[in-house]
Amino acid sequence: MTLELRAKTPGGPLAEKWERHRAELRLVNPANKRKHHVIVVGSGLAGASGAASLAELGYTVSCFCFQDSPRRAHSIAAQGGINAAKNYQNDGDSVHRLFYDTIKGGDFRSREANVYRLAEISARIIDQCVAQGVPFAREYGGLLANRSFGGVQVSRTFYARGQTGQQLLLGAYQALCRQIGAGQVRMYPRTEMLDLVVVDGQARGIITRSLVDGKIAAHVADAVVLATGGYSNVYYLSTNAKGCNVTAIWRAHKRGAALANPCFTQIHPTCIPPTGHHQAKLTLMSESLRNDGRIWVPLRKGDSRAPGDIPEAERDYYLERLYPSYGNLVPRDLASRRAKEVCDEGRGVGPGGGHGVYLDLRDAIARLGDAAIADRYGNLFQMYERITAESPYRVPMRIYPAPHYTMGGLWVDYNLMSTIPGLHVIGEANFSDHGANRLGASALMQGLADGYFILPYTIGDYLAQAKLPKLDATHPAVRQTGAEVADRTRKLIEANGRRSVDTFHRELGRLMWDRCGMSRNASGLKDAIQKICVLREEFWNDVYVGGRGEDLNQALEQAGRVADFLEFAELMCRDALEREESCGCHFREEYQTPEGEARRDDERFAYVAAWEFTGGKPPVLHKEALEFEAVHPSQRSYV
Amino acid sequence: MRVTLHVWRQAGPAALGKFVHYDVSDVSADMSFLELLDVLNQQLIGRREDPIAFDHDCREGICGACGMVINGRPHGPQHATTACQLHMRSFPDAAELWIEPWRARAFPVIKDLVVDRGALDRIVQAGGFITARTGSAPDANAIPVPKPDADRAMDAAACIGCGACVAACPNASAMLFVAAKVSHLGLLPQGQPERAGRVVSMVARMDAEGFGACTNHGECMAACPKEISIDFIAQLNRDYLKAVVSRKPQVSGENGRNA
Repeated sequence: MTLELRAKTPGGPLAEKWERHRAELRLVNPANKRKHHVIVVGSGLAGASGAASLAELGYTVSCFCFQDSPRRAHSIAAQGGINAAKNYQNDGDSVHRLFYDTIKGGDFRSREANVYRLAEISARIIDQCVAQGVPFAREYGGLLANRSFGGVQVSRTFYARGQTGQQLLLGAYQALCRQIGAGQVRMYPRTEMLDLVVVDGQARGIITRSLVDGKIAAHVADAVVLATGGYSNVYYLSTNAKGCNVTAIWRAHKRGAALANPCFTQIHPTCIPPTGHHQAKLTLMSESLRNDGRIWVPLRKGDSRAPGDIPEAERDYYLERLYPSYGNLVPRDLASRRAKEVCDEGRGVGPGGGHGVYLDLRDAIARLGDAAIADRYGNLFQMYERITAESPYRVPMRIYPAPHYTMGGLWVDYNLMSTIPGLHVIGEANFSDHGANRLGASALMQGLADGYFILPYTIGDYLAQAKLPKLDATHPAVRQTGAEVADRTRKLIEANGRRSVDTFHRELGRLMWDRCGMSRNASGLKDAIQKICVLREEFWNDVYVGGRGEDLNQALEQAGRVADFLEFAELMCRDALEREESCGCHFREEYQTPEGEARRDDERFAYVAAWEFTGGKPPVLHKEALEFEAVHPSQRSYV
Repeated sequence: MRVTLHVWRQAGPAALGKFVHYDVSDVSADMSFLELLDVLNQQLIGRREDPIAFDHDCREGICGACGMVINGRPHGPQHATTACQLHMRSFPDAAELWIEPWRARAFPVIKDLVVDRGALDRIVQAGGFITARTGSAPDANAIPVPKPDADRAMDAAACIGCGACVAACPNASAMLFVAAKVSHLGLLPQGQPERAGRVVSMVARMDAEGFGACTNHGECMAACPKEISIDFIAQLNRDYLKAVVSRKPQVSGENGRNA
């Protein structure tokens, strides 16, 4: 095959690359911009900010989301905050420090130039959001407040109570609404992208299904932007919204876009443990709680006393013990793995087999008082109490790791374009900036950096030089893709088997959690690959969807997504199997230090694994070597 | 525990709807209300019946997708709680529950408990924003905002756009929703240039969408899962009056063409 990975990283010193590159990007004449139609799929932070910014520039934009309103995209649920190298706290922060923290946090598996650009742009995001009216937390003097987050030693996180994602998304949504009102963006809510249209090697449109009346429609354009988020729901239980799925990027992958590092999935340490088999999803408690909370388990196995009855000397504050300088603020991958470890030792707490550790705010409450704690975490405490019927003011919270974010995604070059010309990928859907582990408060930063400040420049460079012959929905390639989508949808309904879609999804999730979750090993992964193939076959033979394709049919929506997860999961395991090292969130049991830390292998694995779909044959691995000029990859140490 | 449900079933926008009776046993007190519906739906699918359609997504009480009237109360009996965050321990064993969609002229039913809330988006499109073209912003700390103003703006901005206020209102008014946005932006210095035009455009759109008028029942505030105060409606009324009395010719138009 001809797949080629050209990262197009500009030359010159790291700190000048983006500026220089911007000056060299080709521009589209203002009068010609409206003649270009751009499709944006997804309306979260990346999609909404991208669609709004492109429309402001004058492009004709269509934006699609499966939710009933663009405001409901899952970015809305982000709680903790957004990083920016403003150094408002005068604590020594800088672009370079944010860059370094991010690339180190990602365990040196991301592209230097991309990460540096992200850090560089971060400050402007805060400016933009404040101008839109995002009500960030402020100090009494009226200036912006900051807090610290895991994996760093400065306070650079901006926040809006525990609803930062909501407020940033509403800012982007309102900018998008302004453009919808102005007629510059056409919005398609309750419309799901089910395939990508590629004509003569260029991404030229998408096939969608209306979730209201089931109509399958073709939309053609000059460029397509995917901002469709991550795939944590491959685990069934995750902190993602129920609708989050892999379909858009998986369909694009099957049309020729390389998929990078699919096995890099983040398991977030602070989630509320599941309570039973009815569990539909898991709820995150913001990592910001680790600023004031102390994580511990009983020193003794099987200690069933109430937490308040366990004296100080019989508690193990294991993160503070293992990592004295970072303590409870170690990066997420370490915090999660250590929690699993103490639970596997039999020291876990709570009902249902001790899958939990305490996150205790007792000391902070004693020091600061209920009111100050309520001001910082009131809404989180409320949410916790609603779910568990326990008050964190009186009893320590119980937490356990859960799938939360996926660093892997479609491979993109420095211009955020995939291996299919014209197909751009932004936000969590791409692989670009977080390496093998994302630091807290960096997802919001990346989504908005891509949408507000990178894509609007780089897409112009593509449109200015691409040869884009006129095209309409009657083109054979468009009709062919549309027919394939209709066929697939019909097959799902006609399978008419015995098992509900949900049972397949749960079974797949359980398998992925056990074999390709917080820790992985070769034999487990091989076993998983086999089982996934069997399950996939069973799905197509025995799934029962019910209803019709011509109206609102939520089982059918889920069926399409689960069918794609069943294909994608296999690639995820193959990627995890291929990467014979431990790095960041990817922990291979065979590769660890005597202290149980990840053992990276820069000799053999300092690359981005970009997979090519070959249709029936095993996928082909392409490697983009990671070269480091400004930083020296070291073993991460948070001791 | 076990519960008896009477669920509004309606096959499509034009179909006639009716309550259908279901008994669900083996209900855990730790289940969320939506998980109860999940369990029931799995049973319906097992019997090859049509599962109940309902909107939901984040299940953390923040996306605003879910919403149903439970025993006459939007989002059910627990104060300041969305349906997805409502847990079965809020109900006694053998409870009898009546579940309906939001009922309002501006929210047509699509299927079962799913309604079309696009009208709320169109109100925001009419002016619920601050015009701040990407790239044009000054330094974020250039304009200090007094903390009480910022906090109050955040109180208003907490609205999740679920529509419970409309469902609760005897007039099916969207005043609390509109007031929250008008106040959020109007309380901030960045929101001042478009303040008058914004309130006029948004209110005009609200009326055009078929929402009723506010007659100060206060049901909206009682139903709001984010405890948005009706004080913001008073703020909206003040802003609206000021805007129409002293309206300058150059205000952001209803279609937002002010670039």
